[in-house]
Amino acid sequence: MTIASADPGGKISLRAWLADETPKSRTQAFLANLWRGVVALCSNPVAFGGLAVVLAIVLVAALAPLFAFGISPIEQDLAHRLAPPSPTHWFGTDELGRDIYARTVYGARVTLTIVVLVSVIVVPIGLTVGTAAGYLGGIVDTVLMRITDIFLAFPRLILALAFASALGAGLRNAVIAIALTAWPPYARLARAETITIARSDYIAAVVLQGASTPRILLRHVVPLCLSSVIVRLTLDMAGIILTAAGLGFLGLGQQPPTPEWGAMVSSGRDLILDQWWVATIPGLAIFVASLGFNLLGDGLRDVFDPKAA
Amino acid sequence: MIEVAALSVTFHVGHVAVRAVREVSFAVTEGETFGIVGESGSGKSTVLRAIAGLLPTPRDSVRIAGRAVGARRTRSERRLLQFVFQDPYASLHPRQTVDQILNEPLAIHKIAGAGALVGRALADVGLGPEHRFRYPHQLSGGQRQRVAIARALILDPRILLLDEPTSALDVSIQAEILNLIARLRRAHRLTSILVSHDLAVVAHLCDRIAIMQEGSLVELLDVERLRRGEAREAYTRELLRASRGYSRAQAPA
Repeated sequence: MTIASADPGGKISLRAWLADETPKSRTQAFLANLWRGVVALCSNPVAFGGLAVVLAIVLVAALAPLFAFGISPIEQDLAHRLAPPSPTHWFGTDELGRDIYARTVYGARVTLTIVVLVSVIVVPIGLTVGTAAGYLGGIVDTVLMRITDIFLAFPRLILALAFASALGAGLRNAVIAIALTAWPPYARLARAETITIARSDYIAAVVLQGASTPRILLRHVVPLCLSSVIVRLTLDMAGIILTAAGLGFLGLGQQPPTPEWGAMVSSGRDLILDQWWVATIPGLAIFVASLGFNLLGDGLRDVFDPKAA
Repeated sequence: MIEVAALSVTFHVGHVAVRAVREVSFAVTEGETFGIVGESGSGKSTVLRAIAGLLPTPRDSVRIAGRAVGARRTRSERRLLQFVFQDPYASLHPRQTVDQILNEPLAIHKIAGAGALVGRALADVGLGPEHRFRYPHQLSGGQRQRVAIARALILDPRILLLDEPTSALDVSIQAEILNLIARLRRAHRLTSILVSHDLAVVAHLCDRIAIMQEGSLVELLDVERLRRGEAREAYTRELLRASRGYSRAQAPA
């Protein structure tokens, strides 16, 4: 089999090396497994579409100055305020004469920053609380889950409003507010998964080998919870983006003049009938970003679902 | 080597208490292979799990190498005893390669030279280097059970507990695995307990046999007497007759 797929030079091609059923090293086994996932993800049209959108947004955010062609997102030009879309201003200008195209491109940075920061906070907290509760059970489970219930009871935007009034509006407080209300579903999910995993023989086997509880949780339980948590997170991204935009809309997110999609929609609110582009363009950006993450999440769920494999 | 004294295990399902094991006592001497036979639900696997320390047991009801052990055990107490599970499709971590699975016990016990030990453990159970970096889903049932046996033996335990190690496998593979277990038991000078519902398997591997019914130990007999069909208890005789297969002539009217 390997001979058939070897190229004329006698060296085995990268593709064959990755598809090898009998890997020769730890790295090859890991990469081959990763490769199978990538192939599965890319052969699913919906997932591939989502992945392409998400990657495009990441690229645009990372290289914002390049994609904005050097146009400043904050430079005002009151002589050309509320200009309709034209070759000079692709998406028109807003009430202060700022280029909406450049502002939309730079706005991706704020949105992605919030999304990344929230994920980085939410996933470890959710996994720690959930796996500990599910694995240890008893009183630990009860206490951790009641705390989870309390956090679950907070309305997200109201908590953010409270935070903003207590600590001042801003990106950091928006992230904290979203993260504080976003982690409980992850803890619930991880706990449910852990309860099933903890009963399995392969966990009993490592218990019998003498592994410590943190080791069992970290090396054996968490990797199995991770796939469903990642799927959930990707599907939640749309919600996080919308909450971030909602905070921006209420003036509690990133503060002006830094462009933020929600705040941009808010500023175009009164002009929607005469100057539709001011609110519509950032609205479309929010829509596309949310849709991209949702499609990717659906695709990831198909890829990770062992029952479908 | 293993002493079980008046072991009882009770499971609580809601407010209902189910006594899965009632006052079971037996002793297994060093190097012996002890069999536990019984029908489904007789508590045989529960006894094995209690000895392994997977179930909470009253201290003093299980003694291993002369020391009383409960469910909480030290790392060296754990190392003394390893377990082979019934279903090889459920006993290997689905996201770990064979290499990772076999390295884990060595890492837990901080044993040096893991690379060579893993290679030797695989060779010991008849697997080659081509299996080392595969995931369990890339292996057959028989190969998985070999990996599970390698994992149990890599810590060089003195006791091996086998919970129906062949019942989830194809008939054609069962003999292979049983012969492998018999060979490794001699090579590693293991004391072992084999739980099975298959009298033929037990008679093939074991020196002495305990018969269990509804959580209680009904009879202890050695393999010679089993082969001659000299059972004292009616239940054992019934079990023996059932193991010879069904025939119309023997069936009670």
